[in-house]
Amino acid sequence: MAGAARIGWRRGTTRTPAGARLGWLALLALALLAAALAALAVGARPVPPGEVLQALLAPDPGNPDHTVVRALRLPRMLTGLAVGAALAVAGVLMQAVTRNPLADPGLLGVNAGASFAVVLAIWLFGITDPARLAWIAFPGAGAVAALVYALGSAGRGAATPLRLALAGAALTALLLSLITAVLLTNQQSLDTYRYWVVGSLAGPQGLALAPLLPAFGLGAVLALWAASALNAAALGDEAAVALGVRLGWMRAGTLGAVTLLCGAAVAAAGPIGFVGLVVPHLVRAAMGPDTRACVLAAALAGPALLLAADVLGRVILPPGEVQVGIMTALIGAPIFILIVRRMRVLAP
Amino acid sequence: MSAAPGHLVLRRGGVSLRLPRREALACLGLTLTLTVLALASLALGDYPLSPGEVWAALWGGEGHFVVQQLRAPRILTGVFAGACFGLSGALIQSLARNPLASPDVIGFTQGAGLGAVVAIVLYGASGPSLLLASLTGGLLAALLVGLLAWQNGLRIWRLVLIGLGLGFALHAGVEFLMTRGDLMSAAAATQWLTGSLNARGWGHVGTAALGLALLGPAALACGPGLARLALGEEAAASLGTRCGALRLAGVLLSVLLSGVGVAVAGPVAFVAFVAGPLGRRIADTAGPGLLPAALTGACLLVAADLAGRLLMAPIQLPAGIFTAVFGAPYLLWLLATQIRKGAL
Repeated sequence: MAGAARIGWRRGTTRTPAGARLGWLALLALALLAAALAALAVGARPVPPGEVLQALLAPDPGNPDHTVVRALRLPRMLTGLAVGAALAVAGVLMQAVTRNPLADPGLLGVNAGASFAVVLAIWLFGITDPARLAWIAFPGAGAVAALVYALGSAGRGAATPLRLALAGAALTALLLSLITAVLLTNQQSLDTYRYWVVGSLAGPQGLALAPLLPAFGLGAVLALWAASALNAAALGDEAAVALGVRLGWMRAGTLGAVTLLCGAAVAAAGPIGFVGLVVPHLVRAAMGPDTRACVLAAALAGPALLLAADVLGRVILPPGEVQVGIMTALIGAPIFILIVRRMRVLAP
Repeated sequence: MSAAPGHLVLRRGGVSLRLPRREALACLGLTLTLTVLALASLALGDYPLSPGEVWAALWGGEGHFVVQQLRAPRILTGVFAGACFGLSGALIQSLARNPLASPDVIGFTQGAGLGAVVAIVLYGASGPSLLLASLTGGLLAALLVGLLAWQNGLRIWRLVLIGLGLGFALHAGVEFLMTRGDLMSAAAATQWLTGSLNARGWGHVGTAALGLALLGPAALACGPGLARLALGEEAAASLGTRCGALRLAGVLLSVLLSGVGVAVAGPVAFVAFVAGPLGRRIADTAGPGLLPAALTGACLLVAADLAGRLLMAPIQLPAGIFTAVFGAPYLLWLLATQIRKGAL
């Protein structure tokens, strides 16, 4: 066996008691509530929490605080809610179906695929309207998700984390250099693209949330359906077949869910990395190996993390703002490195 | 005498040199290709010259400014930088035993990019200070990746994975700074991040030649050790290879060579990545194929520069675009075939 190719992954195999899991879910829900409240209250114009509640329940059109909360921060918070949940659930599914601890929409190039589609649209068709750009991100994300899945599952034996991560990085490098090629020949594209690509909840992309809701919803339903099949498949493909799981349907469902969720998330907020990587690891530590429980917990923890990152980005460089995509990369990279350092090589 | 079939054995007095025949022939062929490309690049362009005119211009005839001051330095910079990239890629691929590894994935390129974009956007830098900023950024990033990956010695898979993760964070920094600057500095930064040979002078040639002269022989000296390491760690150790020292030296040389290349030509995409496997294929060698990789890298960069000057004639595209366009289909082919074979 070629030395370092086989890499193992410490994962919990003991079942976490139901009471402890409920406790964790309640805790995550509280954290999400706190993050959502902070997302409404904190910013260049701080609004006290009592005022926030009043703005939500009994809005007064004359009060500027209420206008800030309802017109600016509420849409942004709702976008963060949907995007965070979608990315985290997609991450759980990707890690389960590829049996790979490093699967993440950002790291595996799904975001780069969406970006490439957007650049092509700006360049070839001169589209600058963010709401329409959002829809173009969709097929790009889907194509790369399918490709990554094919790469991760094809070949003899399961893909090692190294193989999958290198394939994702190579795809990303390829797409990024093609993007650069377009941007160099066309400065107008560069100007539109450089703001789209950082990933932000604040932009006019928030307008596109409502038409995307069916994609988020369908993705969530598919995710829950696929999760129970993935549980059986965790024992190995043969065991899953023996338990009555149709592997083809399970994989197609997972892929569909990932495409819908990632595509909608990228469409709503631009490419945001590391949420899909970090949250699944956190929830697996709390909830144990049950994929369904992990999907539920990720749907709470993902938006909590994303909203917290967004709030942090608003206060970290005072007059301006750091976009949430940058913040998640800054928070996520150290956790990624920690995960890699904890992985061990299985003896050859 | 003929104990090594398929090898050329040269003996003179007490010194003998054993060369694999196919590899020697491949190097000869690549050198010829490189010469032809360089001559074509001297002659073609906005100001075309016949071969006779090029010859005259080299010795001070008409058009000597174009040939001596504009074309010759950029071609030589391309040759040396391409060789540096090729060697750098072949070293890291041989160590990682994976044709997908390249200096881009150990964080160096992203670090260099961040250093350069900081210099361009925040300080409006150009010229030597830009070069220094990019080198510092790249070396710091590589050092950080190395330190983070160190855990009872250096493991290449951990180095690659941590390099990937840190690279993503550094790239996020680049994207952040791009939104902070005005459109002009964003365009300048994009230009730099692509890598090109435009407006290179003899100073660049000197830098690249010095770097290659210092680091190249050391890299080539690693070749036999890398070939033994490919047999597996135990086998290599029992043959007398000091695996830990070799890994460290290989990674260091790879980073430094890549640094020389980035310093003179910018982070040209895919040259380091493609040159290694392509060189090995041309030379049909089982070893790391360092010399063929260096020559292939030089050919690729000079060819990409030539294509960038000719194909969309009044516009001069940076070489980095064409290396990406050549490299991309190869990458997809590699992913498709190697993964199907389960060889990756």
